[in-house]
Amino acid sequence: MLTTLTELTIVGILILTLFAVLGLVLVFMERKVSAYMQIRLGPNRVGYKGIAQTLADTIKLVVKEGLTPNGADKFLFNLAPFIVMFGAMLLMAPIPFARNSQIWDLNIGVLYITAVSSISVIGILMAGWSSNNKYSLLGAMRSGAQIVSYELSAGLAIISIVVLTGSLKISEIIASQETGWWIFRGHIPVLISFVIFIIAVTAETNRAPFDMAEAESELTAGFHTEYSGMRFALFFLAEYVNIFIVCAIGATLFLGGWMPFHIGNWAGFNHLMDFIPSSIWFFGKTFFLIFVIMWFRWTFPRLRIDQLLNLEWKYLLPIGMFNLLLMTIIAIMGWYF
Amino acid sequence: MSFLRNYISTVYNSVRSLLIGMRRTGYYFTHHKEIITQNYPENRDQLNLPERFKGEVVMPHNDNNEHRCTGCTACELACPNGTIKIITKFDISPEGKKKKAIDTFIYHLELCTMCNLCIQACPTDAIKMAQTFEHSVYDRSEFIKTLNKPDSKLMEGVE
Amino acid sequence: MFQEVGTTEMGDLIINVGPQHPSTHGVLHLVITLNGETVKKVEPHLGYIHRSIEKMCESLTYRQFIYVTSRMDYLSSHINNHACALIVEKGLQIEVPQRAQYIRVLLDELTRIASHQLWWGAMAMDVGAITPFFHAFREREVINDIMEQTCGARLTMNFMVPGGCMYDIHPDFVKSVKDFMAFFRSKLSEYDEMVTNNPIFQARMKDVGVISKENAISYGCSGPVARAAGVVCDVRKLSPYDVYSQVNFEEALETEGDCFARYKVRMKEMNESMRIIDQLIDNIPEGDFQAKTKAVLKLPKGDYYTNVETARGDFGVYIVSEGATTPYRIKFHSPGFCNLSALDHMTRGSKIGDLVAIMGSLDLVIPDIDR
Repeated sequence: MLTTLTELTIVGILILTLFAVLGLVLVFMERKVSAYMQIRLGPNRVGYKGIAQTLADTIKLVVKEGLTPNGADKFLFNLAPFIVMFGAMLLMAPIPFARNSQIWDLNIGVLYITAVSSISVIGILMAGWSSNNKYSLLGAMRSGAQIVSYELSAGLAIISIVVLTGSLKISEIIASQETGWWIFRGHIPVLISFVIFIIAVTAETNRAPFDMAEAESELTAGFHTEYSGMRFALFFLAEYVNIFIVCAIGATLFLGGWMPFHIGNWAGFNHLMDFIPSSIWFFGKTFFLIFVIMWFRWTFPRLRIDQLLNLEWKYLLPIGMFNLLLMTIIAIMGWYF
Repeated sequence: MSFLRNYISTVYNSVRSLLIGMRRTGYYFTHHKEIITQNYPENRDQLNLPERFKGEVVMPHNDNNEHRCTGCTACELACPNGTIKIITKFDISPEGKKKKAIDTFIYHLELCTMCNLCIQACPTDAIKMAQTFEHSVYDRSEFIKTLNKPDSKLMEGVE
Repeated sequence: MFQEVGTTEMGDLIINVGPQHPSTHGVLHLVITLNGETVKKVEPHLGYIHRSIEKMCESLTYRQFIYVTSRMDYLSSHINNHACALIVEKGLQIEVPQRAQYIRVLLDELTRIASHQLWWGAMAMDVGAITPFFHAFREREVINDIMEQTCGARLTMNFMVPGGCMYDIHPDFVKSVKDFMAFFRSKLSEYDEMVTNNPIFQARMKDVGVISKENAISYGCSGPVARAAGVVCDVRKLSPYDVYSQVNFEEALETEGDCFARYKVRMKEMNESMRIIDQLIDNIPEGDFQAKTKAVLKLPKGDYYTNVETARGDFGVYIVSEGATTPYRIKFHSPGFCNLSALDHMTRGSKIGDLVAIMGSLDLVIPDIDR
């Protein structure tokens, strides 16, 4: 009993540390990526090449006063950032960070991920409604419509991998990629579902070009207009952690997670690849996907809300469904490598 | 069938032009020599402002602490904002003649819009624009400047 | 429940956009009535940056009042100054030397390009792409450097004086303008790659904020907004001032009248401006840069009107003179004001996101509207 409790505590502390570090690293990465794309230098004052800039900003946010507007529903207003945060935290459980290091390898891992990732929309709606601000309300409503729609496409894209693997368990999905990642083995249908997945999760995490919920030129800051100080920081952190998680899921399902780059039965080559630690493979793939999502943000204009829903219902969903059908046929006939 | 062809070509063309845009930002991401911003306070020495840059009005003095301002107040009249205020006095020359000269040439930097009209108006080229641009100070009173140096005199031969 | 979030009984949502809002390019205050995401009504409120420039000008002499006009439409300050210099020259019948006219037109066109570049970046930023904003500033910075080299300031130049220019051009002027032209031409394809051909951008702009030719005329729109609806209204063509009558250029016209047409008109105008500069830059005649004028200028009794084409449209100056050293009454006709009045008409029935895109495509400069 006691050992279990100690274990849980250690894991909890590790996850919290990972959260904080991820927030710092990803915010710094986003700033540098945007700076280089915008032919700027980016943060370069605090610490060596500005590495400590996000740390300084965090300290600023922590010591800032957290205002609660007078007309706000105080309970929900204070609760909302934590709900968003909890949603992000719960998603950490089934993600395998390296070989044999997974917090909870439950047998319905993929289902769990799709289910829990919908929780954050409740937090966003709560924040928008309780702020008693029209911008927040509009942002929250947009966000609700958006996340609910795009979850379908993300789900369909994920299912196509489940169809190929025949299992919902994350560890089995990774094990099935022993002889090559699904994105290479599954022909064009997997590639298409990978693209759909990336687009859908970009929308689900409220990132540009789908940042309807924030849309700074239309709604000031959307659902978190009224938040300040640490509560704002929680939203901010949750956004980046969510990006990390969806990219980690994408890397796990399509790019083999911690599985090194293997090609079929080339034992020598596979053995050579195994020398690179599995955690490096995992974080390398995840950060590559995060970079792609950042690349989207700093290149594309934002869609309008009706165009956003059009894209989902007229393009992504039909393509996704047709793709799933194709994938099922491929899986049944065993036409993949 | 044409509907399907349209649908596919729309998707193809959209994705293609989106990728072209991403190639452009990707190019700038990898080519750091294209960066145009500078580390400002560190590169003060390399900042070369053009000689015509209008930073603030100054009154050049030569080595003998002499300036060229006769106190004609042409600049004061030309100024649209009341930036310049000249207080004149009467010097008594060795021959016993009274001669008009400036006592203080007051310049309000906080009112100045750098329109250059005073410099255009000056008949003796006594004032000119300096290429300074870092004007912030801690107290507003520091903006009110006296341009002529203490005990300075009118240069010989300037009428 | 609806009452609590400040809606009317009809179920409409009334939102204040501005004066502190990231999309309003300044201190414009819009009261928009929404039905869900759909805009029902837009009501612009002005007065946040009213500095009574017209009244200020009435207490300044004909040499002094020019500098104030740079503070109105600060993005085409040079062209505003040009209009003021022209009206004084018209009143006093001053013959401006050819060289001065060439320099003025060259700088006018450079200002127009700089203004459109800033608009291009801001337009892209309004629809959500932030990166083009910085790319636009890279090219604009080169123009600002040229301005700084010749006029001594980057934005509010005050380079025009009645009778010509304040200085002669800098010895390096011709070379730097040519360098800029080569540089800008090489970068224009990037503008297309990043923004014009982007399907998301086109979807945001096409068939949004449509204004018909008739409505554009009756709202008094001018500049690119009217030209995008097919109204022939370029003052440089209709009543050429300075050397505009001697250069070949085409008036950029579109017929759709939507945001994308306004976008295309401005992109074309940048090309036409470069054409004008190409024709003039090698042929700047020798001579004076300023005509001899009296020390004190007094406009004869009467009233005077002149208009020029700024980057935003038809800018007019109207002066009533009583024969004194200062104008008796001065009135500016600013293009932005008329273009803003059409905002409500354009926006009704579109989404909030469209409102922002339409505002961007109108290229509003609030100090110009409010004065």
